[in-house]
Amino acid sequence: MLARIQVPSQARRGEVMTIRISIQHAMETGYRLDDFGRAYPKNVIHTLSCHYGGKEVFRAEMGSGIAANPYFEFYVLAEQSGDLRFEWQDDSGVRGAERAIVQVVT
Amino acid sequence: MNRRTFLSSGFCALPWCTPIAWAQTETKREQFMREVSGGAVVNPGRVIVDTPTLADNGHSIPVRITVESPMTPEDYVQRVTILAERNPRPIVASFMFSPASGRAEVMTRIRLADIQDVVAVAQLSNGTYWYGQTKVIVTELACLEEVR
Amino acid sequence: MSIGIWCAVTPWSSHSAESMPPISSVSPPASSTPLAPLGRSGITFASPDIRQLQADNFANPGMLWVTRGETIWRTPSGVKGQACASCHQDAQQSMQGVSARYPRLDTKRGTILNIEGQINRCRQEQQATTPWVYESVDLLAMTAYLNYQSRGMPIAVTIDTDNRTQWERGKAIFHRRQGQMNLACVHCHEQLVGRKLLTDTLSEGHGNAYPIYRLEWQTVGSLQRRLRSCFNGVRAAIPDYGAEELLALELYLGWRSSGLTVEAPGVRR
Repeated sequence: MLARIQVPSQARRGEVMTIRISIQHAMETGYRLDDFGRAYPKNVIHTLSCHYGGKEVFRAEMGSGIAANPYFEFYVLAEQSGDLRFEWQDDSGVRGAERAIVQVVT
Repeated sequence: MNRRTFLSSGFCALPWCTPIAWAQTETKREQFMREVSGGAVVNPGRVIVDTPTLADNGHSIPVRITVESPMTPEDYVQRVTILAERNPRPIVASFMFSPASGRAEVMTRIRLADIQDVVAVAQLSNGTYWYGQTKVIVTELACLEEVR
Repeated sequence: MSIGIWCAVTPWSSHSAESMPPISSVSPPASSTPLAPLGRSGITFASPDIRQLQADNFANPGMLWVTRGETIWRTPSGVKGQACASCHQDAQQSMQGVSARYPRLDTKRGTILNIEGQINRCRQEQQATTPWVYESVDLLAMTAYLNYQSRGMPIAVTIDTDNRTQWERGKAIFHRRQGQMNLACVHCHEQLVGRKLLTDTLSEGHGNAYPIYRLEWQTVGSLQRRLRSCFNGVRAAIPDYGAEELLALELYLGWRSSGLTVEAPGVRR
């Protein structure tokens, strides 16, 4: 699953970092009908989580109420240099993952 | 039909004869808020729902939710839930926060199936619940209106 | 939407199409880039939220398709296992300004080539692989990626003696009444610009931001997808994707948007 993430490459310790993620996914509601009146099966990303410094710093549990090509902007306190790891999964079981490294200076 | 039959036919099934549901029916929104808070009182305030009053299109509406909180280990926001009571699935999303968030704020894009209030319920670490809302006018509806 | 069009331009409305000033006929000189009337891009009619979304290079959902296009550019394909990059190297250099010159005339075949047509031409003739279908995620991704390389550059569609006939054809289509609504493009997109069509504000109908992420479509779509919706809107027979009619119209629209810059990937409601 294609996704773009925006994480500052560098941050000061104690600074609040702005994290953004954009995922290419139709977020099929299950309400849309094809030309024969049959519903396209529901398939949405239901969970997105972000881990940093060994713990979960953000989690979104969502449904078809989130717009297609889900986009999130959230915040993480800069503590130590390391990975921000993103993981998400949709109803059909397909998983996505991305990571970025942030350099934290004191 | 004789008199006896008529009387026993259900003529006496008048309003004051039947058991009345004395409990007031709560609004759908109150019901969902109660679901989110597990029955606890949800206070108005502290939560700002920043979203346009007139949506371009119900399929994608930007929403930024901010909760007033120091976000310290002693006092922080644990969870924020977005409710849209007129959507077919009213609980839109739920976000988890912690002191590691630094700021109790999240921005995303949601779908709205009708003109309604977008409600955000915040759960604080001290066990209290707070909510904020903004009414959004939607002319092109998501989910329930087929767009080819 | 179609009822809205009808209400806007029926004879008993205060601005009937017949009472509007005559359509100015600007003909291109024999062989030089013509000066089309300077216009307003569709983004200037959009809400602040849409303008902000288009300008934000990260939040703009169309950029997901640009990113996909960037990956495809480097991916070997076809019998010869060649990627676009094999011939064209770094797209940021080689493709800069290219999309701004499309659609152009294919001198060998005498037909009009838009960007989608050029991409598929390369796929079939250079990479020896199958063409992509209109509105497929890969064709949209490649179109978005290529057009993005011309972002900010002026539209540079040239009309000369070679493509003049096609330009005339496109112009005729733009001015031709059609469909159950009996409306021409010019009625909404020149005579009634700025007025409301249900909840929308009528724009000048330029294609400089395409392919666009349209909120209504919940995905990226091509200019031809949008043109076909307009044919549908006036209840006219809808030309097939890739039809000569649509290509001639694209050529005319390209010339008509001279003075505007490429904005791909655009965002519209």
